[in-house]
Amino acid sequence: MGYSEKVMDHFKSPRNVGEMKDPDGIGKVGNPVCGDIMELYIKVEDEIIVDAKFQTFGCGAAIATSSMVTEMVKGKKLDDALGISNAMVAEALGGLPPIKMHCSVLAEEALKSAITDYRNKKKG
Amino acid sequence: MARIYLDNNATTPVRQEVAEAVAGMLKGCYGNPSTLYCIGQEAHVSLEHARDVMAGVLGANRDEIIFTSGGTESDNIAVFGVARAMRKKGNHIITTKFEHHAVLNPCKALEKDGWSVTYLPVGPEGVVEPSDVERAITDKTVLISIMHANNEVGTVQPIAEIGKIAKARKITFHTDAVQSFAKLPIKVDEMGIDLLSASSHKIYGPKGVGLLYVRKGTKIMPIMYGGHQERSLRPGTENVPGIVGFGKATELMDAEREAEEARLVGMRDRLWEELSKKIPHIKLHGHPTKRLAGTLNIGFEFVEGESLILRLDEYGICVASGSACTSDALEPSHVLSALGIPPEGSHGALRFSLGRENTESDVDKLIEVLPKVVDDLRSFSPLYKEYLRNQKAAAG
Repeated sequence: MGYSEKVMDHFKSPRNVGEMKDPDGIGKVGNPVCGDIMELYIKVEDEIIVDAKFQTFGCGAAIATSSMVTEMVKGKKLDDALGISNAMVAEALGGLPPIKMHCSVLAEEALKSAITDYRNKKKG
Repeated sequence: MARIYLDNNATTPVRQEVAEAVAGMLKGCYGNPSTLYCIGQEAHVSLEHARDVMAGVLGANRDEIIFTSGGTESDNIAVFGVARAMRKKGNHIITTKFEHHAVLNPCKALEKDGWSVTYLPVGPEGVVEPSDVERAITDKTVLISIMHANNEVGTVQPIAEIGKIAKARKITFHTDAVQSFAKLPIKVDEMGIDLLSASSHKIYGPKGVGLLYVRKGTKIMPIMYGGHQERSLRPGTENVPGIVGFGKATELMDAEREAEEARLVGMRDRLWEELSKKIPHIKLHGHPTKRLAGTLNIGFEFVEGESLILRLDEYGICVASGSACTSDALEPSHVLSALGIPPEGSHGALRFSLGRENTESDVDKLIEVLPKVVDDLRSFSPLYKEYLRNQKAAAG
């Protein structure tokens, strides 16, 4: 498979795994047909993501990118978090095999989806 | 860390005696078997001895055995070779949906060339119906190609019955026996087989060598051209060390066949029994009994195959999966799809293929480790969370 050491580390010991009580935003992406599903939960205070958790069904890269993206967003302002791209997640992991890059795209989409969910809830 | 290798359908470790036989040939017998002098003739004798072994195991004549570079090449010669030879008579081939890609892809290539191919269904248990084969035959059918045992789910096909049907209709019958050669009893005359593919590295022999059995009188053309070796069907200076290794591996497998089958079935069935007690939401893929002795394919709900493989690898345990993530094409296993298993079911499928180096303690270790691995992955699976939520809602 050619996973980097960092990917394997995040896969074997994923950070921020679990559910969140009363999340402020939830992002759900993927589907069982394609084989990757990510759920990202964020807690927001004063427009800053103070906590993030995830649940993922998927391969090594899917779990590692979920784990990495939760680490990357903690402490970030929402607008800064929106600037996190899949390439940045992959780079933070020391790179991903080309065939696995789509997993980092899923992580980026899960994050954006969680922030959008938070903002919609706030409006409504 | 001790390794527990449970992927013998992918490839097998080379046996000690085989490695020694190959090394002996590499060092001491370099001659070209087609040459007339002593050094060449020594090589020729070793080559022909291996050929005799293969013929004996299959109940064939020695000049019906062609050595190739492996199962894939044998399958290609069988499909393209018969197609080329029979094009004037017809342009229809019957095969199954879950053949190895070494049969499917030649068929797909022929379809682009004006051929018509029927890919037969295999039912939810992964066994083809002989009556389906018969019904698919037309006056343009020139080849039936049906694998003896499937590599992913291990199910064994009714080859003798299909051979009878093919013979009655005078249609060439090929079987890909890569997973079954020297493991299941095969007698080409009794089973009506005209062409058969086998591979060395599935039976503790070296990689890069296989065979194609070609019944005398079968209309077949070569797919590569050169000298006259292997009845001109597969020219090229023979890989004598590899072939000698294949011959040795076959001799040894054939001698141990029955005892080994019983041993593997015992371990395989104990593994399934224990896992089904210890891990909920799992499903056996394939026929409950009509399977290769060492093959067990299980679907684990709510978790994905590659992550199962990587987690088991941390314990030194090596297995395979039908998940899309583990395939180069990012598509779920075509074999599991042929059994009617939806993509969600394929993603969590693991194949365990036990072999001669596996022991009861390997099975014990897997029984100990796998439930923990599955539990852990389920603990952060959104699919499992959803299932629990639905259970709660249904109860409440």
